[in-house]
Amino acid sequence: MMKRRSWQEYQKEIADDRYYYARSCIRQNFFPGSEKAFIDILQNDLGKDLLDDPKHSSCTGIGYHSDIVPLETIMTVVARQFSLMNEAGYENFVTSCITSFGIYCEVLSTWNEFPETEEKTRENLLKATGREFRKPASLAHTSDVMFHFRDQIAARAKHRLVNAVTGEPLKVVEHIGCHYAKIFPKSGIGGSEFPYVLAGMIESWGGEVVDYPERRHCCGFGFRNYLVQANRGYSIANSHKKLESMAPYKPDFIVANCPGCTMFLDKWQYAIAEMEGTTYGQNGHGIPVLTYEEMAGLVLGYNPWALGLQMHQVDVEPLLDKMGIEYDPAAKYLGRNGKYIGKPASAVVNCCPTDTIYDIRE
Amino acid sequence: MGKYFDMLMEDVRMREGLHACMNCGVCTGVCPAAEFYNYDPRQIVSIVQTRDDDAIEALLKSDTIWYCGECMSCRPRCPRGNTPGYVIQALRTLSQKLGFFVESEKGRQQLALKRIIGENILRTGYCLVPRLIKPELHPEQGTVWQWIYDNDREVYGQFSPVYMRHGAGALRRIDEESLDEIRRIFDVSGGSEMFETIEKHSDRKAREMGYEEGADQQYMMDVFCNNSNEHY
Repeated sequence: MMKRRSWQEYQKEIADDRYYYARSCIRQNFFPGSEKAFIDILQNDLGKDLLDDPKHSSCTGIGYHSDIVPLETIMTVVARQFSLMNEAGYENFVTSCITSFGIYCEVLSTWNEFPETEEKTRENLLKATGREFRKPASLAHTSDVMFHFRDQIAARAKHRLVNAVTGEPLKVVEHIGCHYAKIFPKSGIGGSEFPYVLAGMIESWGGEVVDYPERRHCCGFGFRNYLVQANRGYSIANSHKKLESMAPYKPDFIVANCPGCTMFLDKWQYAIAEMEGTTYGQNGHGIPVLTYEEMAGLVLGYNPWALGLQMHQVDVEPLLDKMGIEYDPAAKYLGRNGKYIGKPASAVVNCCPTDTIYDIRE
Repeated sequence: MGKYFDMLMEDVRMREGLHACMNCGVCTGVCPAAEFYNYDPRQIVSIVQTRDDDAIEALLKSDTIWYCGECMSCRPRCPRGNTPGYVIQALRTLSQKLGFFVESEKGRQQLALKRIIGENILRTGYCLVPRLIKPELHPEQGTVWQWIYDNDREVYGQFSPVYMRHGAGALRRIDEESLDEIRRIFDVSGGSEMFETIEKHSDRKAREMGYEEGADQQYMMDVFCNNSNEHY
């Protein structure tokens, strides 16, 4: 009974409808297809009301965690986002970025703990923009919303996270991203100790979650430790630690909560392969890395290239083949309206530098 | 005694992040920066707790406070409810306000962050945009990024109807009225002042280091790229 009560503290109320959507700097840069898929799944597959408001901006969280944007400034930027949400008639704020999610949690908590900071923010916002604001009724990360509807998605599944040949569940590494629940554990599903947001989706859709020693270790973004070229050894070293730790469990793919983590776990596999010739997946390939929107999109039968999987450095085809998903190899690197725009140079992480398996001219 | 400690305590993150550290070192055990750098958050909190002005000034001028990646893995682990990462944020903010950041190699990198991320926020409303991630400065982004960069309109155009244009969608151009609001927020809330402070002290230090034109592009690229390799 005691245990059950303590677990309940880590459950989270997630709104059923009417979301004010805030985009992510990193997700829209590296995974624009994921943001499109999130909106399409919510609006078209699930029939939900979601507003994509062109007036909102970055939360400036990367600047804040690089220590160039002061706390008072980011609190006022966040207040402006809330004001835009109020103006549009929404009250459920949903953000597409883990850094942003951490920022919104921190700002709301700071206002709660230190009410004078909220007063100062109101003053700053009014002076700068003439705006006032009300705090959101609910705050969620986009993965929380996807988790919330995981059973509805499972009911519409065209594919499951299962090996189409053997019928075995696919082995999935899930990476939560530090700022989802390490800063404010009660804001994340399962808290920082038992984060369940991705694991819940994986289990609902037929996969098996891989537990491995460095499961909760940081991907290595480290803000200034990646953004400044001189510091990038920190970033690759931390991704390397995770990849070395997960590889013996032979994961079929990695799914990440945070757009930054998705990008780093993908790109650092490329760099490690180029530098050392080491790859972590099966048959000499890298391990495909997906966002949870991409994972949901594949389950729902979306075209892999419409999800933007061609924007990943590590080829996803081995995973598509395992899931029995049909795709057109020749269409992978085409531009709008099927325009030929060349294709990326080959890479060690995708087997070998002369790999021409997916050469669209053939 | 305690001048810098008092200044630090004006930052709510210090009041939230440091109550009474018992020096157990759990934060250091879980810290990604401690594994990579010669870095020990336990020791930093210990120094701050002494309230010793000389010791804190040395910290504010050191590389040490710039090693943390602000992942905040320390926060849920501390048995006393402290957050060494918040203490670091307060130290970094004070180091910049006092101009001490330019006294260390890692601290001087703040100029690059201000010019790359900071100015981009004021220019576009985003922390980053694709054109900012130049392949020659980001070889780790790989061959696919090079292809995306070379064909950005064709690639992003498949996922956004408004790439670099007004309207709703990914990587849209944010309207001028919204950008003006963001810039005025920076003006009234200390963001612009922080940017100017970083520029002013960087320029002073650049001249001191022999850059005749001050904190010019050459100085910025040097702080962005050069690593003395004395941090491990």
